[in-house]
Amino acid sequence: MNEIFAGFKQALELIVSIDPDLFEIVLRSLHVTISATIIASSIALPFAAYIAVKRFRARRLLIALMNALMGLPPVVVGLVVYLMLSRSGPLGVLGLLFTPTAMIIAQVIIITPLIASIAHQSLRDLWAMYHDLLISLNTTKWQRVKTLIWDARRSLLTAMLAGFGRAIGEVGAIMIVGGNIDHLTRVLTTAIALETGKGDFALALALGIILIILAIIINVSIHMVSKTERSKLW
Amino acid sequence: MVTSLFPLRIQGASIIKRGKRIIGPIELDLESDGITAVIGPNGSGKTTLLRMLHGIENLANGTVSWGNFELSDALKHQAFVFQNPIMLRRSVLENMIYPLHLKGMTNAAAIDIANKWLERVGLSQSCNKDALVLSGGERQRLALARALACEPKILFLDEPTSNLDGYSMAAVEKLILDASSDGIKVIIATHDFGQLKRLADTIIFMLNGKIHEIGNVETLLLGAKKEETSKFLNGEIVL
Ligand SMILES: Nc1ncnc2c1ncn2[C@@H]1O[C@H](COP(=O)(O)OP(=O)(O)OP(=O)(O)O)[C@@H](O)[C@H]1O
Ligand SMILES: [Mg+2]
Repeated sequence: MNEIFAGFKQALELIVSIDPDLFEIVLRSLHVTISATIIASSIALPFAAYIAVKRFRARRLLIALMNALMGLPPVVVGLVVYLMLSRSGPLGVLGLLFTPTAMIIAQVIIITPLIASIAHQSLRDLWAMYHDLLISLNTTKWQRVKTLIWDARRSLLTAMLAGFGRAIGEVGAIMIVGGNIDHLTRVLTTAIALETGKGDFALALALGIILIILAIIINVSIHMVSKTERSKLW
Repeated sequence: MVTSLFPLRIQGASIIKRGKRIIGPIELDLESDGITAVIGPNGSGKTTLLRMLHGIENLANGTVSWGNFELSDALKHQAFVFQNPIMLRRSVLENMIYPLHLKGMTNAAAIDIANKWLERVGLSQSCNKDALVLSGGERQRLALARALACEPKILFLDEPTSNLDGYSMAAVEKLILDASSDGIKVIIATHDFGQLKRLADTIIFMLNGKIHEIGNVETLLLGAKKEETSKFLNGEIVL
């Protein structure tokens, strides 16, 4: 109980004093996760729309695969990315291991199937509703994809936020590929793991509280942005 | 060579779904003049026939040809108002503009045309509403306006006035007659015998997935060749 109280107190102190180390970590967390969410979404959303719209033989298999990949253990993703990027790995020459870029890559792999799967569900339902009209209007595949993505944008935003939420709280993969190096690859989650290991529970908890606050602020503000748009439209 | 969408010629066409023949085999020749009404009991295949002519159903056998057009090219000159109108999750105005944008029209031009047609179907007041909140009758009118705004050469209407009150019905029927006299070929499925008399020139009577009888509206109403047709037109139950 004491630790929780101390955690809150320290969190408050860190925030109020604008602790430079803390802000660096927060910014890096945001940079890595927002980049990963944007990249993953730009892969996942068109993919989800395409498999909603297009009928082809491997479609069912692809959907099953996508749903299976959703449950990929992050630690294993981290390990594989590590092996690919390590000096002796196939992509070793790029020198990306233990950089934020490596962490972004790992997170993209983890959240792309998640975003695609959630997005696919709402796009598939919308397509069932639009199907006859869009066929009748002689639309191209690409026009159908664009229309579905635009008209389902609110549910897609929710899918992106789910991806964001998963990525910002992820620790296993980015610990392996990022290495939790101070001033280089340390982010909120890896710092929490480190402080917990060191036994500094108050600091770990303070970081945890900040992580949660961050996630809530981002979710709420994005929902508010999409809400105001809604009321303006209708 | 002059390209023409007519005559419409259907030869031995049928549609099979889940192993069951829904309609067919259908033989039909249709010219460009007049309004053609498709009638028949529920489940007789009116909707499926219209969809087949529109080219959005897969033929199990036979052919459908619009003059010397490819079926996919013919589609570009057609508009379809579905039995349950499909609304995009957008405002009424945006629903109107959507197909016009697809045709490459600029925003300003599209908005002009959209407003003109919304006015004609009495939906000007609703132009900023979400289309999904419209009532059944309002949806039907929006779908009709959206179809007419595309200036099709062929217009399919699948029970377009089933939810309309008397006033809106009269307005919509006027639009349909205007469209027809502008040279648009109208093919309409309907259950409304009054409407049949007011609008139709030719009647196609569907029964059990087949064209049971086809003929001029006066001829059929005065005395159809087949017993089932007369019965149906007299409001009796036909199975
Ligand atoms: N996708 C489908 N799968 C199986 N059966 C279908 C399908 N679509 C239509 N049918 C069947 O085909 C028959 C004809 O349907 P259709 O909608 O063309 O009838 P309709 O004449 O338009 O009826 P209504 O007057 O009720 O609109 C019906 O018995 C219907 O159940
Ligand atoms: Mg029908």
